[in-house]
Amino acid sequence: MTVKRMIAMLLLGFCALLTYPVLSTEAPKRITLGSKGFTESVILGEMLRQLAQQTGAEAQHQRQLGGTSVLWNALLSGEIDAYPEYTGTLLQEILVKENLQTEAELRQALAKHGLRMTAPLGFNNTYAIGIKTELAEQLKLRTISDLKNHPELVLGFGNEFMDRGDGWPGLQQRYQLPQQNVRGLDHDLAYRGIASGSLQVTDLYSTDAEIAYYKLLALEDDLNYFPVYNAVILYRADLAQQSPEVVAMFNRLVGRIDAPTMSRMNAQVKLNGEPESAVAAGFLKRTLNLEVGYRVKTAWQRFWQHTGEHLVLVGISLSAAILLAIPLGILAARRERLGHIVLGAASILQTIPSLALFVFMIPILGIGGPPAIVALFLYSLLPIIRNTHAGLKDIPHAIVESAQALGLPSRARLRIVELPLATRAILAGIKTSAVINVGTATLAALIGAGGYGQPILTGIRLDNTSLILQGAIPAAALALLVQGLFELIERGLLPRGLRIQTSDVKSAS
Amino acid sequence: MRVLVISQISKRYGNAPALAPTDLQVPGGETLVLIGPSGCGKSTLLRLITGLIQPDSGTITFEGTELSPDNILQIRQRMGYVIQEGGLFPHLTVRDNVTVMARYLRRDAIWIDSRLTELAQLVRLPQEMMNRFPAELSGGQRQRVSLMRALMLDPDLLLLDEPLGALDPMIRYELQQELKTIFAQLGKTVVMVTHDIAEAAFFGQNLVLMRDGHIVQTGPFKELAQTPAEPFVEQFITAQREPMAQLVEALK
Repeated sequence: MTVKRMIAMLLLGFCALLTYPVLSTEAPKRITLGSKGFTESVILGEMLRQLAQQTGAEAQHQRQLGGTSVLWNALLSGEIDAYPEYTGTLLQEILVKENLQTEAELRQALAKHGLRMTAPLGFNNTYAIGIKTELAEQLKLRTISDLKNHPELVLGFGNEFMDRGDGWPGLQQRYQLPQQNVRGLDHDLAYRGIASGSLQVTDLYSTDAEIAYYKLLALEDDLNYFPVYNAVILYRADLAQQSPEVVAMFNRLVGRIDAPTMSRMNAQVKLNGEPESAVAAGFLKRTLNLEVGYRVKTAWQRFWQHTGEHLVLVGISLSAAILLAIPLGILAARRERLGHIVLGAASILQTIPSLALFVFMIPILGIGGPPAIVALFLYSLLPIIRNTHAGLKDIPHAIVESAQALGLPSRARLRIVELPLATRAILAGIKTSAVINVGTATLAALIGAGGYGQPILTGIRLDNTSLILQGAIPAAALALLVQGLFELIERGLLPRGLRIQTSDVKSAS
Repeated sequence: MRVLVISQISKRYGNAPALAPTDLQVPGGETLVLIGPSGCGKSTLLRLITGLIQPDSGTITFEGTELSPDNILQIRQRMGYVIQEGGLFPHLTVRDNVTVMARYLRRDAIWIDSRLTELAQLVRLPQEMMNRFPAELSGGQRQRVSLMRALMLDPDLLLLDEPLGALDPMIRYELQQELKTIFAQLGKTVVMVTHDIAEAAFFGQNLVLMRDGHIVQTGPFKELAQTPAEPFVEQFITAQREPMAQLVEALK
């Protein structure tokens, strides 16, 4: 009994410890910047953070949040205050239904959403369709229209480009392109596909550093399909009221970044491996003569930060799931019909793809830790509910009846007889949930929750395998560790009489 | 005094009648044996008495109180129940199995200890076995523990559902002798279910022979054997006696 109590205390302490940092980071109001999942956006986001800090404000940067819709919604809901965007994306994708023509109309439409944008920063990062220069010469390709004669080419586009109004569907229609073999993949991985020859044609962002590096040719947009993608800073109107000095700082970037400069900065990060914050600070020093203090975290600092974030995600979501799922499993075992409903609902939850579940949570809970924790919590329910239910149902009828015949009331039967006998099954369910949870939590980085997914995402973006491993190896180790922890708990909790039985069965068989 | 009065009790499982409306009275201090072929309703009747299943009609009165879902938990503390495989909790030691209900009721620890010692002596289990788990016991030892558990709160009525059914013949014989001694020693009212006519005759002052959910005949074994109420009674007794007669013949 004392061992059980000690384990319970330890678990409680563990959970409390995990909850603490989340609660403590809530208090001070600060300016939050966002960036999309590609390097240029991260550099600009870092620049905005440094500029905001110049005014003395406290600023943080939610790097590399999923796609455009995640950032747009986060900005609308006030989760972030500003992020770098492109006029073409606003006109042709986000606000395409409003059929806007001029910049003035665009500003008006944004104002209706409580948003504003700066004047263009100076470069046009348009889409282009790219192919290896060598292959282009071989096939005599110069314009996008020339692709019509080569239906055998394999096309691979960034996931966002595949679905956007101003992306592949419109391009195919405008140029009547015949290619059948078209796949969607991560924008950064597409370059590697081109290099390895598994793809021949992809979408380029015209300021991408890889264009020169992989010797790619941007085919001429001879039918003028792609609009202009002037980089601007999109911010909330209330930021201008509350912190006009921050917006003034942002405006100092207007007209100061031309396309070659942006390409160079992208190359510094992607090809030379310099940190985004250093590149951003270097630019601000050179161009605006601002002395920006920045701190590049050491690998260990990042490791501990990611470990902390990951533990918070897993710890809270798993503890909450255990606390809810065991009672639900008991309920399901006790009441047949309710049990069907509970198990059915949990099964349906499990079938929702994890990434979709994360994104579904954003409108309700914003970005960052809370939506990720809720999504992970929902994912962790089913294995525990199902195993608790099965564990209780598998208890031999004679034993349940003997407990009844003694005159033990329902609750006492559960506590003294049924739950101890179901311990092994319940713990097996928790172990399954824990391993799923630790793995799925790596996706939480896509909605700004950090954790071991962050180095994996960055590693994919920067084509840096060692960075990917910095997230993947600890995530795997944590999964094993959590599993081991629950095995230790099982050793403490599992009644001795049950262990004797299994060893007997083993030796008998 | 009638410890148990059963009146017009009946039970169906779905459309299959398990027990037709039945009356039965059990006088205090007597050992009554319910006997009959499989599916005759004897176990159903016993489970109705413990309240593990609810009757469709009729009433059961135990020591003057009519059984109802509201009072069944209290009444069960005055009934001991032993089933075929013992129904011991595998995760609890012998001591904990026997004392689980007493501890739940927060009985005095010293009383619990002395009662445990007393019962261990009664069923002839050595003290050192009290810390073993059911998996470490033989079948016969498990039934002894099950009996200790049933007797722990000193119930007025002992219900036994094929208590020796799963034991091999030697141990079964040994335990039959002991059980009879224990019943005589305690003077408790006992209702036992068995399908073995010899066992029934050995234990029961009165036998209740059942068939298809009906009581066919009630009375001492001698009465059943000598004045069977219907041909089935004779058949039932002969069917089990016949192989035995051949055995006796061969040994001559």
